[in-house]
Amino acid sequence: MKRRIGTARLGLPLLLLLGGCDNWQSALEARGASAISLKHLIILIVAVCSVIWMLVMIAMIHALWRRRTAWRAPLDLVPPRERRLGWIVSICTGLTAVIILGFTVASFFTTRDISVAGQDDLTIRIGGLQWWWSVEYLDPDPSAGFVSANEIHIPTGRNVRLLLQGDDVIHSFWVPSLAGKQDLIPGRTNEITIRAERPGAYRGQCAEFCGLQHAHMGFLVTADTPEDFARWARAQRAPAANSADDEEIAAGRDVFMRKPCAGCHSIRGTQATGTSGPDLTHLASRAFIAAGLLPTSRGALAAWVADPQTLKPGNNMPLVPLTPDELRAMSAYLASLK
Amino acid sequence: MRIVVGLVCIVTLCGCQREERQLRLDPPAAAALDKIALMPNKIGGAPPQIYFALDQPYETNAYDLSQGKRLYTWFGCAACHGDGQGGIGPSFLDGWWAYGPETVSIFASIRDGRPHGMPAFKGKMTTEQIWQLAGYVQTIGAYSARTAAPSRNDDKQTRPAENRAPAAILFDEGPTPVHPDQGPTP
Repeated sequence: MKRRIGTARLGLPLLLLLGGCDNWQSALEARGASAISLKHLIILIVAVCSVIWMLVMIAMIHALWRRRTAWRAPLDLVPPRERRLGWIVSICTGLTAVIILGFTVASFFTTRDISVAGQDDLTIRIGGLQWWWSVEYLDPDPSAGFVSANEIHIPTGRNVRLLLQGDDVIHSFWVPSLAGKQDLIPGRTNEITIRAERPGAYRGQCAEFCGLQHAHMGFLVTADTPEDFARWARAQRAPAANSADDEEIAAGRDVFMRKPCAGCHSIRGTQATGTSGPDLTHLASRAFIAAGLLPTSRGALAAWVADPQTLKPGNNMPLVPLTPDELRAMSAYLASLK
Repeated sequence: MRIVVGLVCIVTLCGCQREERQLRLDPPAAAALDKIALMPNKIGGAPPQIYFALDQPYETNAYDLSQGKRLYTWFGCAACHGDGQGGIGPSFLDGWWAYGPETVSIFASIRDGRPHGMPAFKGKMTTEQIWQLAGYVQTIGAYSARTAAPSRNDDKQTRPAENRAPAAILFDEGPTPVHPDQGPTP
């Protein structure tokens, strides 16, 4: 029995470590150019430092274990021995300087690699807010730009320039699989360029403590092939789906416009033009709601609308009292916004 | 000496007492908060009992005041009232309250609107939000200093802070601010 508990105590932390193998939010699962450069730098520094650490440990253990010679007064110097020690200390100091210089050079080249931007960059303005992300696709033709939230789609094999702005407090944009961190600071615009080589979904997370729900400020970067991306962008540019023939959905839209919802949220193609909350035009096309809190489903949408302050306490969406019928219609309407 | 150190430690513990944030207002409480009793001329009145049962949070709770400040921006109050010094709409800082200085009057102004351009926000904000905004607007032009204050501005201060002290000396008293409906006409 005792041994079993011992095994469990040893095994549990190891099992917990396995959680780190989930690879959609990991700097070691690098899928973009700058993340790959960063990963190489991380591996180089960790490898060199590990070797040095082991050498230091071996030297220390050797010093502790070796047989002592007879006791000698500390000030009683033996010149040949002193000369040998002097050489060893000088060589170690020199090696330290060389290694640190090497790290500095490697770090310089990595920094240079991750900050390139090309000519035909796609530009997206990312706004960090408590506690969600606004995503605005900029286009030289203003009518071709559009707004979304909490989900960024990018085409593979193309540089994507992100303009980062904090709209209330300081946040930090971090998609470990694609790039390093970059802060979003109110009153100024920071830039970061990301690039994904392969299609896939990469999770990102706010990496600067920004208040009560900092932990629930996630987002998703979806890398699509250029054709898929063009199709997705065309769908996002369109106004919201209009299922006027469905009675329940029409009733839900009516509730949305009549209640305070429309004061903060926008649904393009309707009277709802609020800008303080996330744009809901194609809400149901996103994988998650409430900045990565719940997977999108009609049930999750209903739960969120019914009581946002219990699911994500402190967020800025108020509890809008609805009757059960209104809530049912509202969830049908929100789920129809593909 | 030991007693003094012990007392200091105990007093330090008082710092653990923090202001409580009421993040989720129960729907029945929100419904009750909507039932204010206004005077027939829609100026002045009494908030519902629950307002006092909750300990007047919208005037004394820093979190609610901060949320009110956020809503002031979100719902475009600044378009008419500026930073509180007025513009197209009246100023909150001059000591004149056209409809009385009580928070409940401000609540009614925001919820139901007022003549000459103040729109009604009844369908655009929840009751709780209207109370938060009313509490904040009251703070901008309050006659006395407050201990609770909303979060500070990121941009340049263009007017006295909300919790300045003493507020009263900022105001030129002028004629008694009485609405024609409430007092003798001159």
